[in-house]
Amino acid sequence: MANLSKEKVRMPEQPPLLRARNFEEVALGYTPSQAMEEAERCLQCRHKPCVNGCPVEVPIPGFIQAIAAGDFEAAYRTITTENSLPAICGRVCPQESQCEGVCVRGKKGEPVAIGRLERFAADYALQSGLAGAEKPLTNGRKIAVVGGGPAGLSCAGDLAKLGYEVTIFEALHAAGGVLTYGIPEFRLPKSLVEEEIAKITELGVTIHKNVVVGRSITVDELFEEGFEAVFVGSGAGLPRFMGIEGENLNGVYSANEFLTRVNLMRAYEYPRNPTPVKTGKRVAVVGGGNVAMDAARTALRLGAEEVSIVYRRGMEELPARAEEIHHAQEEGIHFRLLNNPKRILGDGVWVTGMECVEMELGEPDASGRRSPREKAGSEFVLELDTVIIAIGQSPNPLIRQTTPGLSVQRWGGIVVEESTMETSKAGVYAGGDAVTGAATVILAMGAGKKAAKAIHESLSGASVEAE
Amino acid sequence: MYRILQKDRLHETVERMVIHAPFVARKCEPGQFVMVRIEEGGERIPLTIADYDREKESVTIIYQVVGYSTRLLAEKEEGDFISDFAGPLGRPVDLEPKKRVLGIGGGVGAAPLYPQIRRMKELGAEVDVILGGRTHSFIILEEEFRAFSGEVLLATNDGSAGTKGFVTDVLKQLLAEGREYDEVICIGPLPMMKAVVDITKEKGIPTGVSLNPIMIDGTGMCGGCRVTVGGETMFACVDGPDFDGLLVDFDECIRRQGMYKDMEEHICLIGREG
Repeated sequence: MANLSKEKVRMPEQPPLLRARNFEEVALGYTPSQAMEEAERCLQCRHKPCVNGCPVEVPIPGFIQAIAAGDFEAAYRTITTENSLPAICGRVCPQESQCEGVCVRGKKGEPVAIGRLERFAADYALQSGLAGAEKPLTNGRKIAVVGGGPAGLSCAGDLAKLGYEVTIFEALHAAGGVLTYGIPEFRLPKSLVEEEIAKITELGVTIHKNVVVGRSITVDELFEEGFEAVFVGSGAGLPRFMGIEGENLNGVYSANEFLTRVNLMRAYEYPRNPTPVKTGKRVAVVGGGNVAMDAARTALRLGAEEVSIVYRRGMEELPARAEEIHHAQEEGIHFRLLNNPKRILGDGVWVTGMECVEMELGEPDASGRRSPREKAGSEFVLELDTVIIAIGQSPNPLIRQTTPGLSVQRWGGIVVEESTMETSKAGVYAGGDAVTGAATVILAMGAGKKAAKAIHESLSGASVEAE
Repeated sequence: MYRILQKDRLHETVERMVIHAPFVARKCEPGQFVMVRIEEGGERIPLTIADYDREKESVTIIYQVVGYSTRLLAEKEEGDFISDFAGPLGRPVDLEPKKRVLGIGGGVGAAPLYPQIRRMKELGAEVDVILGGRTHSFIILEEEFRAFSGEVLLATNDGSAGTKGFVTDVLKQLLAEGREYDEVICIGPLPMMKAVVDITKEKGIPTGVSLNPIMIDGTGMCGGCRVTVGGETMFACVDGPDFDGLLVDFDECIRRQGMYKDMEEHICLIGREG
């Protein structure tokens, strides 16, 4: 008998005022009985809209059915047929615009909590020490993956399962990409990222750290070394700034720098860790995406007294995941919507404030979003110690500068054939933010999977012909 | 892990290490740098590449023992390992053949200057060099430069060698004598590079400088190393670290370099025992 409750089973969370001062995970996960109760809400629709809503096509009704039956291991095995990083996706996917957004239960009430259930099954597997997939027999064919973030890890995992010898070249001292340097501990514990990466290396994937493809070795040289295909998942790259006065004052951070100091370098444990970060008492974060929410909530946890999100459009237009906005509001982040920075003010060295102007929304533009315009004479000054700019990134130039024959968009994104993720250069595939510009973990993973499939089809086809 | 093949001390606060780092050694060019993390849990610091040996797959770094991480590095000996050594990073410096080139190195800045001046010599230039330091023992690579340079002139604050004063005093003297240079390459502390550029700008001599701003990843991601060059924001890690010195906003560089000064002093005082 299905659970007919219109609402999701609530997931326990740390109370807002307590969690706003620590880096422990906010959401605590379902207990087995909570998970089974929620799983009963799934109607097991025959047409499975949720699976079509998932960029990696996780067999959602199947794993939920297994949870409802109390067979959590089967649930985990079902998810991992399609998803290499379920503990991560359960936490950071924008479910409301994907699987849960098309869930039939969502028409009258809340959709099934697919993300929470995915997280439950993945956490169960990690906690009970379930072994990952078995290491397959190698076929002796070498594939190079550039970048150890979500796109590269999922591509590497899928190819390794097919027997390829995959080497990931990672520029930093730790793999994970945005999962490691970008998304904060309180939303995605790093120990969990490490465990998910370990499951991929257990499949036989080698990770070469501190190798910057484009500088340490070029894509062409990878082919010379015997790699038969190269997947580029080099990520989003350089932070964008607004180009307004005062952006190079001390106390102005890109969100990338602020979050990298805290997440990758663990500046929140200074001085036990030597990397410092300066948060100040009054902080403004410019932007409205997940990265902006992460930066704002991180600033709060580092001791800021007043943290604002400054966004030029309204609440409806905020691109961040609904749960992150909700959590940020609960924790006391101030949302200054329809506000746009004009210039950053300083005392000649440090930030002292930011002049903003009020905005109003005009008619929808070509992208369907209502474009904001300034309200004349509405300028005002926010007094601040720190400004964090979270308005996006432009792709890292290293690969395109050093890879002849690779076509890129005018803004720097790598051009790919969308069905295969193949680039203009033979044998080179690409996916994730390097192709799309800043997007989501799950879209990057979807691209990595698609490329893995295309690489396999191309190489296995070629080898059959050769025989 | 990266093995320390050789270590020696150039003077009381400057040391030289040769590190086994195949990926860096086979590709690096003058002007490039590495990001180093000495131990697990340590910070990432940029260090310029002073020399390299492609056959031995080794890279030479020369560093001044000034902060938390360089002190930690100084505790390592031959045969020990460094946790992370990523590179080569940054653009190789764009060196074009010139007739007469003057190199100016301040303190440990002589280290990254060395491969650039040597390359200029290889490209056919006549090179002179000015090396500056607080006292004679603080001047490094003097003999190495003498091996191929025309003149190597020294400037020390205490007059223990060469001219008593700054590298700018020697520079002014050379220019007053009517020496002409097609290019100056100047690497050292920011106030020194600023003072040199103040002189060369007036004379219209193209002047290359190498900047060493605060970096976290060093690969084009954090944006912490931004500098204003010719009114435009550039990222030292991917657009530099070498820039046209006549266009660099040095005051901004100096201001940004001091952003964590209080915290650096704090962590050096409490040290790793704290």
